[in-house]
Amino acid sequence: MGQSTNSDASVRELIAFRVGRQEFCINVMAVREIRGWTVATALPRSPRYVRGVINLRGAVLPIVELAVRLGLPSNEPSARNVIIVVQIAHQQIGLLVDAVSDILTAKDSNIQPTPDVSSDLVKTFVKGLLPVDGRMISLISLDHVLPQGEMEAA
Amino acid sequence: MDPMAAIRETFFQECEEQLAELEAGLILMESGAAEAETVNAVFRAVHSIKGGAGIFALDALVRFAHVFETALDQVRSGTLATGPGVMNLLLRAADVLADLVRAARDNGAVDETRTAALVVEFTQISNLGHEPPPPPKSQPAAAAPVPAWQISFTPTPPLYAKANETALLLRELRRLGPIEVTVDTTNLPELSEMDPEGAYLTWNITLEADCAEQAIRNVFEFVEDDCHLEITAATPAEPSLKPGDVITGDNGFSFEFFPPPVFDEEEPLAPPEPEHHEPPPAPVAKQSPVEVMAAKAESAAAVSATIRVDLDRVDRMIDLVGELVINEAMLSQRVLEAGIARASGVAMALEELEHLTREIQDSVMAIRAQPVRSVFQRMPRLVREVAAQTGKQARLVTEGEGTEVDKTVIERIADPLTHMIRNAIDHGLESPEKRLAAGKPAEGLVRLTALHRSGRIVLEVSDDGAGINRARVKEKAIENGLISPDAALTDDEIDNLIFLPGFSTASTVSDISGRGVGMDVVRQSVAALGGRISISSRPGHGSTFTLSLPLTLAVLDGMVISARGHTLIIPLGAIVETLKPKAADVFPLDGEINVIRLRGGYVPMVDVAASLGYSDEFVEPDQSVALLVEGEGGVRAVLLADAIHGQRQVVIKSLEANYRAVPGIAAATVMGDGRVALILDVDAVVKTTRSELSRPEPSVLEAH
Repeated sequence: MGQSTNSDASVRELIAFRVGRQEFCINVMAVREIRGWTVATALPRSPRYVRGVINLRGAVLPIVELAVRLGLPSNEPSARNVIIVVQIAHQQIGLLVDAVSDILTAKDSNIQPTPDVSSDLVKTFVKGLLPVDGRMISLISLDHVLPQGEMEAA
Repeated sequence: MDPMAAIRETFFQECEEQLAELEAGLILMESGAAEAETVNAVFRAVHSIKGGAGIFALDALVRFAHVFETALDQVRSGTLATGPGVMNLLLRAADVLADLVRAARDNGAVDETRTAALVVEFTQISNLGHEPPPPPKSQPAAAAPVPAWQISFTPTPPLYAKANETALLLRELRRLGPIEVTVDTTNLPELSEMDPEGAYLTWNITLEADCAEQAIRNVFEFVEDDCHLEITAATPAEPSLKPGDVITGDNGFSFEFFPPPVFDEEEPLAPPEPEHHEPPPAPVAKQSPVEVMAAKAESAAAVSATIRVDLDRVDRMIDLVGELVINEAMLSQRVLEAGIARASGVAMALEELEHLTREIQDSVMAIRAQPVRSVFQRMPRLVREVAAQTGKQARLVTEGEGTEVDKTVIERIADPLTHMIRNAIDHGLESPEKRLAAGKPAEGLVRLTALHRSGRIVLEVSDDGAGINRARVKEKAIENGLISPDAALTDDEIDNLIFLPGFSTASTVSDISGRGVGMDVVRQSVAALGGRISISSRPGHGSTFTLSLPLTLAVLDGMVISARGHTLIIPLGAIVETLKPKAADVFPLDGEINVIRLRGGYVPMVDVAASLGYSDEFVEPDQSVALLVEGEGGVRAVLLADAIHGQRQVVIKSLEANYRAVPGIAAATVMGDGRVALILDVDAVVKTTRSELSRPEPSVLEAH
């Protein structure tokens, strides 16, 4: 479980969560808060993975259903789902995931490179693989959760 | 930002304030309602700008401000009468000063010839306004108070030739402290030998003031080369005297010092009356003359004591208070859901909280509210310039400058107002000859009024000109194909034709208002603010434009509707009316678009849910409610929704901050249940229909 922050740059804390049958993790520094699922207001003409917007203390927060974003089957969210609020550049975005599973401390050397596969989604999001107790956790990058190109096209 | 740049910025901000004060003061003076303090305020404004400009070595600005200030000083002292000519010059000088300030700020250029011409005018006018100084009567000292300074002042002929006046200098000196003046006439020749332009008098002045010699020299600063001036400290050993101090002379009487009457302009040379007085139980005034002046200046400033606050901080506070309101509403709802009785302590405390929250919201909104004065103050100059360009005579009367409205609105009403006032002078007012022929005064009147009415600000621009030439407007509209030749329009409808795109009433395009943009641009920018504009006109008596705007752009009055289970807000400003459509009135235009017959016209219908992609099916018109809305440029459409849930004021939240702009959606808001609701972009929704229509929408000219 969680450890105190280590000043060594090669060691990082990661937050792991489940989406469907897979586990992913992101850098804990990007996470602002974790909250329960609330019904989102659907946005017209938005990509399928944008479930809508919710009220986060007065700010309008878009909710990205990470499963759909990563090409996994969509599940109708229930009260058991959680929203991980992350900061990406100047924007805050809510990631809809099934559950938060772990907080890990990993050295850069623990992270294994992603095998070269043809999937664009894997290339875009998965930055490395982390073996933990026989599980495989994919380290994902959030830069393209709301792709720049799409944002400009809007 | 480097510190100097920051100071410079502050200086220019202050300049804007000074310029506003200057303009306001001059207008007051022009209207004849000025008090002595008004003239002083005007003088101070120019003086402060000059002072600041000196620090930043803005030479052009300093030079002009100095000339301006000199003239104002003459006005202040009464040497220069403020007739219409002088007032006109002063107002134009204020304009030039404003230009110079802005040029200095933006490193821009100004019309040098205009500045130079004004300087020449100032020189002429100050010479005209000047009369040779009447020899002041000698005033023997009534008592022998302990003097502080002995001043001997002997003007030479050039002093008078340069339009200076000794009486003014002496009055200036009196501001430092009580003075005793004796005139030495020993050099005065016989009348037959006297040169009318000579200078023969010497004034011996006793000044009782605790001031530095330099302060006295400053009084004579502008004449020091044209006079002989001797200043000696008569009794340096004496303790300085303050008003209220009581001195008992050798001969047994006591003498009390009073602060000099600073603003007594009536009798400049009246000596300070020494008063025989028993020492009062409490000192009357313990202030030194300088303090009196400072207090006076302060009291003028205290009227509008302000602090500068970064707008971001205020906005942040408004956001948070908006949150508080929503949270409070949510809490109330939860308490209600929990089945707690209305009479219980919790519910009552909550009610109190609700009142408090609303009050906080109102107060926070009031922070951003500003009087429209700042915009109104720009208008007199506009009127002068446009009147000069069109060869018309116009006078602007403003009312309700103190009416407050949100800062965001203020910033955006200046352009529409400018346009409307230009229009009023250029198209509304007749030429002086025509006016005289019509039995009106040659000078036209443009009235600009602001007032609050039912939670909105109403701005009116009215003129006493010829009114709208309806025959001409109709002719023009037919000419441009905007209406059919046989269209029967009421007077009101004809008047409102001028708001149609591409309509210009002027038969010749002038460079004032006929720049290819017409009243439709005004109407659009007003509509973008959630406002409306209308006109009423009486032939021969003039026209009135009425502008109604929301008080703030941070909140919006909206109609809450639902469409296929989605809650949406439609801005109230866009809604013309709501109706219940009948199937018999609905006709298909093609496979996709239906039109509805409305009072003889056909208006396209838009299914809100379908247009936003919430649903592929179209709602049956007779199963829905319809809202007649008006978008940009007066384009109308009927929106179909499932139900209307009522009217509500909502706090506008940006979608772009964390996401991106969504087509068809203007913004978002948070409802009482904590959920986000989207605010419909009426223009976009109406436009999508329009672009799908193969021909121009005929309902444009449907009754306004």
